[in-house]
Amino acid sequence: MSELTQLSLFDALDGMSKGNFSSVELTEAHIKACEGGKKLNAFISDTHDLAREQAKASDARRAKGEAGLLEGAPLAVKDLFCTEGVKTCAGSKILGDFAPTYESTVTANMKADGMVMLGKLNLDEFAMGSSNETSAYGPVINPWRKDEDLVPGGSSGGSASAVAADMCLGATATDTGGSIRQPASFTGTVGIKPTYGRCSRWGTVAFASSLDQAGPIAKTVKDAAILLESMSGYDPKDSTSLNIDVPKWSNACGQSVKGLRIGIPKEYTIEGMPVEIQALWDQGVEWMKAAGAEIVPISLPHTKYALPAYYVVAPAEASSNLARYDGMRYGLRVEGEDLADTYERTRTEGFGQEVRRRIMIGTYVLSAGYYDAYYLRAQKVRTRIVQDFENAWRKCDAILTPTAPSAAFAVGRKVSDPVQMYLNDIFTVTTNLAGLPGISVPSGLDKNGLPLGLQLIGRALDEETLFKAASALEDAADFKTKPANWWS
Amino acid sequence: MFTAERVADKKDWIKGESGDWEIIIGLEVHAQVASKSKLFSGSSTAYGSEPNSQVSLVDAGMPGMLPVVNEFCVEQAVKTGLGLNAKINLFSRFDRKNYFYVDLPQGYQISQFEFPVVGEGEIDILPIDADGNVGDEVTVGIERLHLEQDAGKSVHDLSPDETYVDLNRCGVALMEIVSKPDMRSPEEASAYVEKLRGIVRALGTCDGDMEKGNLRADVNVSVRKPGGELGTRCEIKNVNSMRFIRQAINYEARRHIEIIEAGGTIDQETRLFDSVKGETRTMRSKEDAHDYRYFPDPDLLPLKLEQSFVDGIKAKLPEMPDARKARFMSDYGLPEYDARILTADATKAEFYEAVAKGRDAKIASNWTMVELFGALNKADLELEDSPVSADKLGGLLDRIADDTISGKIAKEVFERMFNGEGTADEIIDAQGLKQVTDMGAIETMVQDVISANPDQAAAAKENPKLIGFFVGQVMKASQGKANPQAVNKVLREKLGL
Repeated sequence: MSELTQLSLFDALDGMSKGNFSSVELTEAHIKACEGGKKLNAFISDTHDLAREQAKASDARRAKGEAGLLEGAPLAVKDLFCTEGVKTCAGSKILGDFAPTYESTVTANMKADGMVMLGKLNLDEFAMGSSNETSAYGPVINPWRKDEDLVPGGSSGGSASAVAADMCLGATATDTGGSIRQPASFTGTVGIKPTYGRCSRWGTVAFASSLDQAGPIAKTVKDAAILLESMSGYDPKDSTSLNIDVPKWSNACGQSVKGLRIGIPKEYTIEGMPVEIQALWDQGVEWMKAAGAEIVPISLPHTKYALPAYYVVAPAEASSNLARYDGMRYGLRVEGEDLADTYERTRTEGFGQEVRRRIMIGTYVLSAGYYDAYYLRAQKVRTRIVQDFENAWRKCDAILTPTAPSAAFAVGRKVSDPVQMYLNDIFTVTTNLAGLPGISVPSGLDKNGLPLGLQLIGRALDEETLFKAASALEDAADFKTKPANWWS
Repeated sequence: MFTAERVADKKDWIKGESGDWEIIIGLEVHAQVASKSKLFSGSSTAYGSEPNSQVSLVDAGMPGMLPVVNEFCVEQAVKTGLGLNAKINLFSRFDRKNYFYVDLPQGYQISQFEFPVVGEGEIDILPIDADGNVGDEVTVGIERLHLEQDAGKSVHDLSPDETYVDLNRCGVALMEIVSKPDMRSPEEASAYVEKLRGIVRALGTCDGDMEKGNLRADVNVSVRKPGGELGTRCEIKNVNSMRFIRQAINYEARRHIEIIEAGGTIDQETRLFDSVKGETRTMRSKEDAHDYRYFPDPDLLPLKLEQSFVDGIKAKLPEMPDARKARFMSDYGLPEYDARILTADATKAEFYEAVAKGRDAKIASNWTMVELFGALNKADLELEDSPVSADKLGGLLDRIADDTISGKIAKEVFERMFNGEGTADEIIDAQGLKQVTDMGAIETMVQDVISANPDQAAAAKENPKLIGFFVGQVMKASQGKANPQAVNKVLREKLGL
C-alpha cells in the first residue's frame, strides 16, 4: 500500500486510467498515511469518510468513461479555501467551527475534475506567517528532521508538509508574499504561484486581496502543472479574475529550453545569505546553461524596497479584510458590556498575536496623516517594481533566484522576532507585488541535509515558459531525496 | 465654484441681538438607485420584505465573498450626472470606508472617495416661500455624485436589551449627491431638494420616495454676518422631508446665533433632527469622529467608462424638468408658478398633461394644483395613490365646461369623487346635481322669491346691488343647481333693472 502514496500525481492518474488500482485503494492508502502522520499536525480537519465516498463515486465515473483531470486523486486543501459543509477556520480561533454553505471556486473546479478531498490543511492564522507557528491549531512539523522540530515554512506549511510526507498527492495553497514557494523550498516540494488573476479568489478567505493568489504544492513540476490547470480559470464572481483560456501547461513540462534567456538579478545577492544558497544558485545557472539556456545578468534596482512596501500594503488590506470577523454573524463571540467592548473582547481573544500585530500596522498606515507616507509611498514602490520587471523582460524570458534566504529552521527560533521572520519573504514578495508567476523547484540539500529550492519568475500569464524552465531545472537537479519516515 | 460671495436676500436674514445674520447651507443628498438588485450583489432591493430575506453571502460579509459591480447602477449614476449638467468622469474608483457597526457586516462601506463617477455640475432653483411667493432663480453648484453601498438597519426597540439587525437594505446602491454650500435660506434648501427629486424622478434613476428614506438629506448649516467670514458648520443627518429640512435649518441657524451672541463658539459636530420636538441634538462630536481609513478597494477594478457609453445614455435622456417647465409655459400658457409646481416631478407633469389634454389649460392647472394637490396634502397621500385619476378629474372639468354643473357644485362633486363615490357623471346623477337651465323653471323660482319679498323688490329698483340678495335666495331654493347666469338674467328682467 505504501507504494501508492509514493507515486506522483501524474503516475497515480495514469495508474488509475490503466486500471492498475482504483481511487478507493489509492484513497485508503493515503488515509492510512494521514492517520500515521498526526505528529506532523499538517491537518486541521480530516474528511476521511467524505474522501471514501468521493473515491467510490470517482471509480464509478471512471467506469462510465467520465474521468476528469484529477479523477480520483486524493488531495488536500489549505484551510483558507471555503469548503461546503466542512469546517473552514483559516487557522484562527475567531472563525470557531464555521462551516460554509458554499464552495470556493478553486476547490469547486477541482471537485468538478474529480478530486478526492482528504482534509483541510493547517496554516499560519489567516495565512499570516512564514513558519506555520501562528496557527491557532499549533505548528506544523517539517518531516525532514526527526531529532528537532523544524518548521515547514508558511503560511502553507500544512500543504507543504503533507505533500512532502506523502500524505496526499498534492495540495492547494495560497501565496500572498511567498506562502507557497517558501514552504515548498523548506520541504523539497514544488510550489507555484500563478499570475494574479489566474485563480479565482472567490470563496478563499482573504488576507491581502491585491496580492493573494492560489496555487498548488506538488511533488513534481508536472504535477504542479496538472493541479494548476484544474484550479485556474475565469470566474465572473471575482472582478480581478482574468478572462483568458487556461493552457495545457503539463505539455510544456519536458520541452527544450534551448535559447531561453534566463535573467540573474544582481540585487538578489544579499548580505548574510548562507554560502550554500549562493552555491546552489550558481549551480542552477550552470544547469540552465547546460540545458541550452542563455544566462543574462539583469538588474531589478528597487528590490530592496519590496519587503518594506509589502509589509505596508499587505497589513493595510488585511486590517480591512479582517474587519468582518466581529463576532456578530458567525464564529467566536465574547460578550462584553456594550458593543465596542464585545468587539474588543472578541477580536482580542479570537485573533492571535501576529494577526493582531498586522491589523495594528495596517490600521496605522491607513490612518489620517500617515496614509501618504506609508500606503501611498508603498504603492509607488509597487509601480517601480513592476517597471523593474518590465525592463528585465526586454533582456530575458525568465528569472532565476533562490526561493528563500535559508533552509527550514527550528520551531520557536524566529517566532519572537517578527523582522527576522519577515525576511523569509525577501525573494518572493516581489512577484506578488508585480502580480507575476513564480515557481519554487527543489534543487539540493544544505550541509545539514535539508532541502533548498530555487525560484523561477516569469512574465505575466507566461506560466508556460515557467513550467518549461522549471522542468529543465528539475531534471538537472534530479532531486530524489525524501525524508525518512520517522513519524508513523 | 463655491459662490461664497453670494449674500442672502435681506428677507432671508435673521435678526440677532448683534445685528443681522445669514445662513450658509450645503446638502448631501442620498438617493437610492432605482435598481432591482444591489450595488455589488444580486440580492433584491424590494421594499418591505421579511427582515433578512434579501441578503446574499456578499451582503452578509461571509468569509471569502467578493463584490461585483452592478452595471445598471453605474448607468443610473451617469444618467443622473447628465441630468445635473455635470461632468462624467470616465475614470472613477471604489474605495473602502472602514468603521465597525452591527449593520455593516463587511466592516467597511464600499464608496467612492477620491475619484467619484460624476464631478461638478449645477442646477437652477426657484425658492418659494410659505405664502407661495416665487423668489429669484438661484444657481446651486453640484460638487460631485458618487456611488456607495447603503448599510443595514439596526432595530433597537424590539427588545429592552438587544439590538436586532435587518440586512435587507445592506448593499443597496445609493447616489450621494453633494452640493456646494450655495444655499442661503431654508426655502432654497428645500427647493434644491425638490428640484433634485424632480430630476431623478424624471430620469427614473430614483423613485424619490422620502417617506421610505429612498431620498434623504444630510444638511450642513453654518451662519455668518452677511457677506462676512464663514462660520463653523454642523451636519444634521438623515432629514427626510422638505418640511423637516426647513425646520431643521431654522432651528440650527438660530441655535448657532444664540451661542455665538452669548460669546460661545460652535463645535463642529454631527447632529440629529428630532421631528417631534422640532430640534436638533448632538449625535457625535468632532472628537468622536471616525478615521475612516479610506483606501482603494482591492477587490474591485477601477471603473473605466467609454465616452460612447456616456453618449449613448445622453442620447436617450427624457425631457428634464427645466425643459418641461419652459414647454408648459409656452404651450399651455401657464404662469411660472404653476409650471414649476407641475413639473416638479414626472408623475405630476404627466398627470397634468392628461387632465389638460383637449381642455382649458389654466382651469386644468387650477383644479390639479389647488383642489387635487390640496386634498392629497390634507389626506397625506401621494399623487400615485390619488383616489381621483387624471381621467376622472378631466371628466369633472368637462361637466363644468358644458354647463352641466357650476364651479361651486363641481367642488362638491370633487369631494365625493375623492371619497370614492364614483365618476363625476355618476355623482351628478346620483345626487341630482345637474344644473337647472330650464328657463321656465327658473322664471317660476324667481317669481316666487320676488313675491315672497315685495319690500326688497321695491328697494332693489333704487339700489341695484340688492340683486345679490335675490340671486342668493333663488340659488338656495334651487339647492344651488340653477344656472347662475340664467338666474341673473331673469331677475334683472323681472325686477325691471
